[in-house]
Amino acid sequence: MKAGIVLFPGINRERDMALALERAAGRAPRVIWHTETDLDGLDLIVLPGGFSYGDYLRCGAMAAQSPVMGAVRAHAQRGGHVLGVCNGFQVLTEAGLLPGALLRNATLRFIAADATIRVERNDTDYTHRYRAGQVLRVVMAHGDGNYYADAATLDRLEGDGLVAFRYCDAAGDVSEAANPNGSARAIAGILSRNRRVLGLMPHPENHIDPLTGGTDGLALFESLFAASYA
Amino acid sequence: MRVVVTVMPKPGVLDPQGRAVGHALSNLGFAGVGEVRIGKVVVLDLAETDADAARAIGEDMARRLLANTVIESYRVTVEA
Repeated sequence: MKAGIVLFPGINRERDMALALERAAGRAPRVIWHTETDLDGLDLIVLPGGFSYGDYLRCGAMAAQSPVMGAVRAHAQRGGHVLGVCNGFQVLTEAGLLPGALLRNATLRFIAADATIRVERNDTDYTHRYRAGQVLRVVMAHGDGNYYADAATLDRLEGDGLVAFRYCDAAGDVSEAANPNGSARAIAGILSRNRRVLGLMPHPENHIDPLTGGTDGLALFESLFAASYA
Repeated sequence: MRVVVTVMPKPGVLDPQGRAVGHALSNLGFAGVGEVRIGKVVVLDLAETDADAARAIGEDMARRLLANTVIESYRVTVEA
């Protein structure tokens, strides 16, 4: 699997993401500028975190209109993998590649803190190196991570098993107290219908090394680059 | 023509900013403040001179970029 990272102006997590991808894949990802439209030869497109276009209008709204996103949409329609983290998740919802939207955190505060999230299923290309129900310690750093979708969409996501991660406490239990940004049904990440597109607010790419706080995020990348899973 | 696009959070979509401002207004002594909702106004000067055509352009812009219709509603008005 060959990976590429899309760079929008204002993105600032691309280096961390590149490190995580390189550690799992054994080779550096291609860097794709937002004006590029040729993604040939790439299997995984990653939209990293940051503040694309200064969060003008709405987080991710401007990036969703950039030239590269037409190619990313075509890549997704061909069944290619697309991973969006933080601002990347916001871009994916703005581009219509994932349902719903990310609202201002219910607390109105930018939250830069550790969070715990629960792996909802481990039979996906992104999560098969985890156990179902496993609790991961990851970091979150966002002002607009409050996942919203209408009730019918939330029911469909749940019914189709497309909730990838939920905020939870250290024991894996979901509660209002363990839902830092007020997300609907404590949703931290969701999958597309074909489970090839994943968007999540926390940063697995920042937990790949014991020197920087833990390694719970590494298995997500190892899952992607593993040959196959049962 | 001048086209004004007003974008508001949809009913039922949490607007913590509006709630915080409502709370602050109460603290200032304004009694009887109910729900407060905060949106945005986009003012566009268009080369189009026909009002109906300008409105149609504004609607298209709102649908495709200015509003996220998952969470926001919009209203387009044309000023002479």
